Amino acid sequence: MNTDLNQSNFISLIGRKILRSSEICGEVVILVKRTFYWFFHAPLNRRNVFLQLLEMGARTFPVTSLTLFFTGMVLALQSGYSFIKVFNEPLYVGRLVGASICKELGPVLTSLVFAGRVGAAVAAELGTMKVTEQIDALYTLGTNPIKYLAVPRFLAAMLMLPLLVIYSDFIGILGGFLIAHFRFGIPPNVYFDEIYIMQIREVVHGLIKAVVFGLIIITISCYEGLTTEGGAEGVGQSTTSAVVISMVLVLVGDYFLTALLVAFRIG
Amino acid sequence: MIQISDLFKCFGRKIVHQGISFEVDKGEVLTIIGGSGSGKSVLLKQMVGLIKPDRGEIYIDGKAISHLEEEELQEVQKMIGYVFQEAALFDSLTVAENVSFGLYNLLKFSEHEAKKIVRDKLALVGLSGIEDLKPAQLSGGMKKRVGIARAIALNPKILLYDEPTTGLDPVMSDVINDLILKLKKETQTTAIAVTHDMKSAYKISDRIAMLYEGKILEIGTPQQIQNSKNPILRQFISGSSFGPIPIPGHKNNEHRN
Repeated sequence: MNTDLNQSNFISLIGRKILRSSEICGEVVILVKRTFYWFFHAPLNRRNVFLQLLEMGARTFPVTSLTLFFTGMVLALQSGYSFIKVFNEPLYVGRLVGASICKELGPVLTSLVFAGRVGAAVAAELGTMKVTEQIDALYTLGTNPIKYLAVPRFLAAMLMLPLLVIYSDFIGILGGFLIAHFRFGIPPNVYFDEIYIMQIREVVHGLIKAVVFGLIIITISCYEGLTTEGGAEGVGQSTTSAVVISMVLVLVGDYFLTALLVAFRIG
Repeated sequence: MIQISDLFKCFGRKIVHQGISFEVDKGEVLTIIGGSGSGKSVLLKQMVGLIKPDRGEIYIDGKAISHLEEEELQEVQKMIGYVFQEAALFDSLTVAENVSFGLYNLLKFSEHEAKKIVRDKLALVGLSGIEDLKPAQLSGGMKKRVGIARAIALNPKILLYDEPTTGLDPVMSDVINDLILKLKKETQTTAIAVTHDMKSAYKISDRIAMLYEGKILEIGTPQQIQNSKNPILRQFISGSSFGPIPIPGHKNNEHRN
């Protein structure tokens, strides 16, 4: 009798979780749909767009640069020593660093840093606005919050993340070059020739990922912010959720996106 | 001017309103009193379209607003100024940008016209010369007054005040009360205030309505409310913890020895 009751409670708990998850998926899709609707049906708030471009681009650049600079150095160091063991010479270091950074590490690591910095900031800012009734105040003053808050953030994220990835690719390749040249004595023309033979579609592969990851991060962050409930504690929870969910989706999405892009022979 | 007709609202299993009806005449100030969590703010938010009622209707100037689309609702919102409990000023904007926000977005004023209105409205609430400050630089009372200036910038026919004196010291509360009376006298706006500050309610109201368990328990002039024999209303206005109003975790029906 008691076991039946526990089982039915457990099943109803799972059912409620599935229903709630479906609801959240639906709400996220509606948020994206409304954002694109307002993007095409209302003039852009240029001041807001500029501020977001500045925040997401210029102010995120130093930390993504630092991340990729050291990643490029580590890649060159690891690959150099590995190739010395196998071929007795540090071959293909430029090729390995270039391809790894442009196709994989550039977009993924930049997106993870972007999720931590920008995703958290967006969720915290919108969450604070929600719990202090500023979102309600926007409505009463004739301004749709999606149009005023979400559209500039979506636009800035989807523009700036690919740009950050391009910058980070350069910085990562530069970091790799410093190790390749000064640690292993690889001449600059050899290192960079291996970079130049990369095909444009390999870079495009990384940039497509950056656009998709930008959309994922900003959608989750805006959704978490705009649905915040429960004061300061709620803002903290939304911020944490925005970062964690964005990072997980970037990592999981990376596999499926890579599989899709490879299937379409992009990169 | 405002008519609330048989309003019902639930959040999940919690019933907030179960058949609320009343009317507010043009130029009248009605104060809705009630305990914390009794649904006073939800009632105000339904009047401006922020929350949709489950059943019943709200008429503003004869127009039913409960199921209007966003664009039609904006026309109604032009008539209504909403003063939020914690002022809800936009942190990233200056005082002037806060006050002029609706002028640009709802009424499409030019910059020159908006600047003049901002100056006038800030002067009306006694805060000239703070246009360039950010909300974080203001005291609680100043924030409330800037919130009122933002609400009256559109010259609304109706003003909704959500707990206008909560969190302020007694002197500043009286300043806000005087401001509400001054606006009533100078602009002839209809106003609904929700509060549990009885001193404020007696001072600013033409009529007071008590919201209790999702219904209007009693409605009348401040004099009638003060003389009411209803034990629930009497307990509330006297601010006693002893009486028929149930308080979770508190034995409030015991007689004092």
